[in-house]
Amino acid sequence: MSEHEYVPKSKAGKWFNDRLPLLSLASHLTDYPTPKNLNYWWTFGGILTFCLLTQIITGIVLAMHYVAHADLAFASVEHIMRDVNYGWLIRYIHSNGASMFFLAVYIHIFRSLFYGSYKSPREIIWIIGLMIYLLMMAAAFMGYVLPWGQMSFWGATVITNLFSAIPLVGDSITTWLWGAYSVDNPTLTRFFSLHYLIPFLILGLVVLHIWALHIPGNNNPVGIDIKKPSKDTVPFHPYITIKDAFALLLFMIIFAGFVFFAPNVLGHSDNYIQANPMVTPAHIVPEWYLLPFYAILRSVPDKLGGVILMFSAIFILFVLPWLDTSKVRSAVFRPIYRQFFWILVVDVLVLGYVGAMPAEGIYLVLARVGTIYYFLHFIVILPVVGYFEKTEPVPLSISEPVLTGSADYSMAKKDNEKI
Amino acid sequence: MKKFKLLLTIILTLSIFNNLKSAEQIDPIKVDWSFKGLLGKFDRSSLQRGYQVYNEVCASCHSMQYLSYRNLGEPGGPEFSEEEVKAIAAGFEVIDGPDAQGEMFTRPGRPSDKFVSPYPNVNAATAANGGAYPPDMSVLVKARKGGANYIYSVLVGYEDPPEGVVLDEGVYYNKYMIGNKIKMPNNLSDGLVEYADGTEATIDQMAKDVTTFLSWAAEPELETRHKTGVKVILYLILLTILVFLSMKKIWSRVNPEI
Repeated sequence: MSEHEYVPKSKAGKWFNDRLPLLSLASHLTDYPTPKNLNYWWTFGGILTFCLLTQIITGIVLAMHYVAHADLAFASVEHIMRDVNYGWLIRYIHSNGASMFFLAVYIHIFRSLFYGSYKSPREIIWIIGLMIYLLMMAAAFMGYVLPWGQMSFWGATVITNLFSAIPLVGDSITTWLWGAYSVDNPTLTRFFSLHYLIPFLILGLVVLHIWALHIPGNNNPVGIDIKKPSKDTVPFHPYITIKDAFALLLFMIIFAGFVFFAPNVLGHSDNYIQANPMVTPAHIVPEWYLLPFYAILRSVPDKLGGVILMFSAIFILFVLPWLDTSKVRSAVFRPIYRQFFWILVVDVLVLGYVGAMPAEGIYLVLARVGTIYYFLHFIVILPVVGYFEKTEPVPLSISEPVLTGSADYSMAKKDNEKI
Repeated sequence: MKKFKLLLTIILTLSIFNNLKSAEQIDPIKVDWSFKGLLGKFDRSSLQRGYQVYNEVCASCHSMQYLSYRNLGEPGGPEFSEEEVKAIAAGFEVIDGPDAQGEMFTRPGRPSDKFVSPYPNVNAATAANGGAYPPDMSVLVKARKGGANYIYSVLVGYEDPPEGVVLDEGVYYNKYMIGNKIKMPNNLSDGLVEYADGTEATIDQMAKDVTTFLSWAAEPELETRHKTGVKVILYLILLTILVFLSMKKIWSRVNPEI
């Protein structure tokens, strides 16, 4: 994207850069032309990077004190909470950090849905993002098992048992996953190993995610391509870095609010009871960020059907760029899609809500309606709306006046020549 | 937007319905604990009395295996003096060893020792208590929905069973316990312990004191956490303002304004 070749000023810099162009990379990252009309929904990429690094750093410290053994894990977590200097702080940052990570990723994903960031030419960015999301869910699930509380144990039992629904080989696969004939010490040790591995896989995918982003450049609220870089864009540094920093700080205030004043509200009290294979909790519920999928899983009376539907709910997102037939990216200019977008948001919230409730009565009905609607949105509504929707006029460029468009873009009216 | 409103209505209806449903179960008594809120702190003397109740009443069945005697003297806790902690620890017999001959031996406790458990293991505790394991109380307050309020409510919630409720031998009726049946008898009675500070040992007082003690035991970091949290958030707010002003200045060079 950069328009000029970077040449280091010093001789040593040039010598190094000719051999390994790290300085060129740094120059590319700071000068990276970014649409100047990005709103605050675009700050979540930076926030997510912060979340990932926070989880990795706190996780490495926790792993220095944690003991991955069925008899010792619970006690080692209490040891961290009581005897390790600021161990409580590190553990609460890590456990609440997972929730904050998912909060940010959901906003990031829905931002992409609203502004059509997944559409051509950004399909690969979207697909890598979904792979990151899948790995996040795996990491979070395995991480939740590590304290070896009641919800850890029974959550692991429920989720690993899903694989037994696979015909013929299901039971063998489940036993293989457990490394035993039930969730036991071998399950815990392999979950710990994988929980440590996955964040680094995510980190690698994040690099690819950003690389793929820097080929076409950012989408933006208007959803149109950059016409004149000098007028439509600002260099990433300092404009975007300072804005990301501001948004990140606001995010950190909320984060700190949870860590210091309500560190356990997002968790389940049963997880402070040591795992006991002989006692099943009254309600086994996953962490909040997995609840919509849990609702979909339980909405089907058949186990295999539920598993297939749950995985389809995620995998359908991979083909989203080809399900959406609209040429216009941003929902700002799509009056019909805009409404369906908000219905989808409500639908996912409803699914999350019923996922936390017992699967019976009105909750089961709601889960089924919600599930049907979820798939309807992607399979029917998106392709059909794209064909029939009469979109509103799209501005010619980011910096050019919008004559007939939405009032939101009055900010594009006055073009400042300073840049 | 009509559908949107419709769904919102559904959610609202559901949450109301949900509240109605939970109203059938009795909510725990809400106590105005000193350790609640952003700047909440433990009441030092209540913690010390609570330890006394735990030690004289609860500890005969309930272990607290994650606490050490030294914790009783640490800041943010009951803050017994160093001598008091040493004396408390020395009052317990701790199994140690093996010695040079390979024999286990007992010795008086030291502040660095973990709380001595009343039973050697879970099975022994279960067998001695009619088949119900008295749970370890180290993190009990965090392990129960409703936390301190729930623990307190159960302690004062014993009553005669309503008509038609038949209780087995060794099972008691408690209006706050989930399912209303509890295997722990009502161990508190007025004047059961003699408080060193002269506070009258009513059932309510003892229940509050021991719940305060258990809340500290579950979250010994609570006071540090609250104090640090206030500082961290104030710092973040200041930094946010500075960054916001810098951002305004930097972006004033371009349109659109942010």
